[in-house]
Amino acid sequence: MFPKTIHRQEREGTMGLYEELGGAPAVNAAVDIFYRKVLKDDRINGFFTGVDMSRQIAKQKAFLSMAFGGPSNYTGLDMRKGHAHLVERGLNDAHFDAVVEDLAATLRELNVSDSLISQVAAIAESTRKDVLGR
Amino acid sequence: MTRLRFRDQDYKTAGRSVLDCLGANGQDIPHSCRSGVCQGCLMRAVSGVVPARAQQGLRDTLVSQGFFLACQCHPVQPLEVSLEGAGAQHYSVRVLGRKILVPGIVSLEITRPLNYEYRAGQVLRLFRDESTWRNYSLASVPGIEEALHVHVRHVSGGAVSGWVHERLVVGEEITISGAQGECCHVSDAPGRKLLLLGTGTGVAPLWAIARDALRNGHQGDIHLYHGSRDEAGQYLRDELEAMQSRSRNFRYHPSVAPAGGAHPGVAAVALGEIGNLAHWRVYLCGSPAMVETARMECFLAGAASGDIFADAFLPYKASGADSSPDGPGTLSPTPGRAQQAGASLESR
Repeated sequence: MFPKTIHRQEREGTMGLYEELGGAPAVNAAVDIFYRKVLKDDRINGFFTGVDMSRQIAKQKAFLSMAFGGPSNYTGLDMRKGHAHLVERGLNDAHFDAVVEDLAATLRELNVSDSLISQVAAIAESTRKDVLGR
Repeated sequence: MTRLRFRDQDYKTAGRSVLDCLGANGQDIPHSCRSGVCQGCLMRAVSGVVPARAQQGLRDTLVSQGFFLACQCHPVQPLEVSLEGAGAQHYSVRVLGRKILVPGIVSLEITRPLNYEYRAGQVLRLFRDESTWRNYSLASVPGIEEALHVHVRHVSGGAVSGWVHERLVVGEEITISGAQGECCHVSDAPGRKLLLLGTGTGVAPLWAIARDALRNGHQGDIHLYHGSRDEAGQYLRDELEAMQSRSRNFRYHPSVAPAGGAHPGVAAVALGEIGNLAHWRVYLCGSPAMVETARMECFLAGAASGDIFADAFLPYKASGADSSPDGPGTLSPTPGRAQQAGASLESR
């Protein structure tokens, strides 16, 4: 009935992570810290000039929810399409690494354990090829 | 069995969520994650009781208007729900007064219909005729003014503002919509500091928000910055200065561009004086350029994204036969998931 939605139950191996991180409230707590870090990060903030902030916050929430092993609408194709215009502008591995770094720093600020942070980083890592259009 | 009413039909929820119950009955309710995260299934309670869980994570301004997430809502008492905000409703009202505040801006006073609910800072539609309307922010405050007040700036060639300024007469009957929008005051946190940033007639809803806060015993500091190109743009100055001298915690900061120079931006001026905005609540009303810049600057200065409320006064864009422009005073729904759904009644 909802083919575009990947429910967390369907994703192997990440079932407990979202709950362990604290679910939707954790996403809400992390999104501002994360997005503020990204906007202040000179390595990548050039990609965000002129974008609509409230729309971006909603997108970042969806991204964090996915990276936390939670409910998400992202498919590999969405990731590709959503970043294609940035790849054209030079989005590369270094930028991807910077985002993952900012994400890890956000979680450290929220006192998330290293083992959970590496699980989140691994999920984020799984999108690299799609994000960079390979 | 709990009764659920939607579009004049009754359904039995039988333990299901509002989303599942309506979906099973062939009603197409927009949704996505079904987990309370994406807020895509935002609906509004018209009457009845919404379980607290269905409003978890929603902004206070949405909660106060009865919005909830259909996927998280398992009603235990009869509930009537809608996909539309209060703005879908129309009211016939009478023009009670028309006062020129400064050249180019009139304050329109109209009757407040019985049962007309609104919050300080919300927006209504003013109809010239069935198909011609613009959004205007309410300058009045429920409980202070008996009537409704809106400030209308005359835009050259404006279909509605021109009509208000040149032809509308006291005593005339006109149509307005219900009030909507979430750039409004909610008196849930009287200790919070409030930053109100406005340009042009954006000061009207901010003035209302400040008065409503003070009326409700707001304790935190309230700073209102009004940016304008010249001194003539600083309307409401007398009222705001009087307010400042009356209240311990209200500060008015008129901000005029230097002679012959550009205004540095009302947010830059405010942040230069205030610095860190952590735990502040921020309201932005006025030109889209100011609103978008200020939103970013306030967020980077530490304001939580959920604590920034904005109304960008977009210039009217013709979608059909009516091609006359209307500038400030016209307002578009602020983007963003929750807001989009909350304001989806704005058919622009």
